[in-house]
Amino acid sequence: MTKANEMTIVEAVRALRARELTVRELWDACSAAARAKNPELNAYLEIFDADDTAINSAQKRIGDGDAPLLCGIPIAIKDNILIEGKIASAASKMLANYRATYDATVIKKLKNTGTLFIGRTNMDEFAMGSSTEHSAFGPTKNSHDISRVPGGSSGGSAVAVAAHLCIAALGSDTGGSVRQPAAYTGLVGLKPTYGAVSRSGLIAMGSSLDQIGPLTKTIEDAHVLYETIRGIDILDSTTIPDGLYGVLASPKHLRVGVPWRLLENGVDADVLTTFNTTLAHLTDTGHTLVDVELPMSSHALAAYYVIMPAEVSTNLARLDGMRYGLAERGDTLLEDYIKSRTEGFGEETRRRILLGTFVLSSGYIDAYYKKADAARAVLRREYEKAFESCDVIAFPTTPSPAFKFGQKSDPLSMYLEDIFTVTANLTGMPAISVPMGMVEREGKNLPVGIHFTAPHQSENSLFAIGEAVY
Amino acid sequence: MATTEDVKKLAALARIRVEDSELEKFTSEFDAILDYVGQLEKLELPKGEKVKPTLRNVMRVDGEPHAAGKYTEKLAEQFPARDGDALVVKQIITHD
Repeated sequence: MTKANEMTIVEAVRALRARELTVRELWDACSAAARAKNPELNAYLEIFDADDTAINSAQKRIGDGDAPLLCGIPIAIKDNILIEGKIASAASKMLANYRATYDATVIKKLKNTGTLFIGRTNMDEFAMGSSTEHSAFGPTKNSHDISRVPGGSSGGSAVAVAAHLCIAALGSDTGGSVRQPAAYTGLVGLKPTYGAVSRSGLIAMGSSLDQIGPLTKTIEDAHVLYETIRGIDILDSTTIPDGLYGVLASPKHLRVGVPWRLLENGVDADVLTTFNTTLAHLTDTGHTLVDVELPMSSHALAAYYVIMPAEVSTNLARLDGMRYGLAERGDTLLEDYIKSRTEGFGEETRRRILLGTFVLSSGYIDAYYKKADAARAVLRREYEKAFESCDVIAFPTTPSPAFKFGQKSDPLSMYLEDIFTVTANLTGMPAISVPMGMVEREGKNLPVGIHFTAPHQSENSLFAIGEAVY
Repeated sequence: MATTEDVKKLAALARIRVEDSELEKFTSEFDAILDYVGQLEKLELPKGEKVKPTLRNVMRVDGEPHAAGKYTEKLAEQFPARDGDALVVKQIITHD
């Protein structure tokens, strides 16, 4: 039998019901692995003690035979998702001692199913970054090669799953923060349709872009976790009802759109070869390829790096050292604010707040923010048009495999990491990264991912095409 | 081109201090980012009617409010300084 902590959700569900494994044994296996490996990997900011009541009640529900799938499954939670009574720091000094006063909606839903929470995972501060190097508590290391980053910002969640320190994890995705680390660690990462999953209790970064999503070992697992956390929520008025965008049929053989022109430059040769091999496998199994043109995509990253910082600077304005979080004190109230914010925020966070302040300032708002917003609308229409001729759109999740620590020390080169993933956040469409193979760098095999985007609320097409990749 | 003065001014607006030692680096990085996102200024967007967003009602009916004070203690526990259930802050208006 597979070691308990190395199981997928579906395998663990089966083993628990077959009485081959108890909830306690599954918890202990994950917890022991997490405690043994975390000093090296730094995937967790905190590993929780066993909650005996929750473990026993999960075991009883499974025994009674009416337990939901996730009952008794230990999962890891990104440190920007609130669990009542636990610290939620968003990997920032600003919130290092902040204890959540309520459960995020996704946590409430998981608690109802009897899911167990094993710990809170490391991330780039306030989810800003693509490597976890911006965490105030040290970077997370990629378990495939510890000299390399795991991607970010949900890098801790990714490594916790990839290194088998939990069964699955939740991350959040504002510009690729679930999908890029999934690609770098060989996992499945889903960014649901904007509004599919409630953001209540997610520490906000870019409110028009953020979505919580699963990081899992298989497509099936991502599907299970997604079905559990999704749904309209009275506490988040941007959540959407089923069928808002109409119900699209998900045919057996999918038409896969490929924006070849966007892949002409900048993608590593072996990543492109792996991508082509994967596409060939898809056509062998009956799916068809379609050329699509998405010219506005070339400007998507620029639009994103205007809209996102604008929202960041607004959202983080509430952190002022007054009601909670870091509270540094000076001679005047103004100094209290400035000292708390300067001490509390890391360099990248401060940079994005300044950038956001700039693009929203009088004299620049038309040239930057309004233009970016208009480009975003055009991009969305281009995607909608492209989906008239295809069911999903494919490209590599990232142009290269995981990079080394310190390799992208200038901010702009780090931003370019998101070049393929940001479009799904700007359009609000669901997207998934699925492992498509390995490429070699300096004698180490590193995973790379294939990325699919689907029309709003067509997550089922993503799961279908994802299954076809294997 | 952003100048160090621009960055200082933005920092003041955002209630953040950028130390003098960081100012040069911040300004040059800022410039590189603005140069990149500046491609939007030259971007020609297709003309045509502005598409109106489809609106739907997201307001909800007021439900039963929770009991007064239910969350007070939990929230007050996070206060950096408190006086009973009140949050202590510096005096803003003085009579001097």
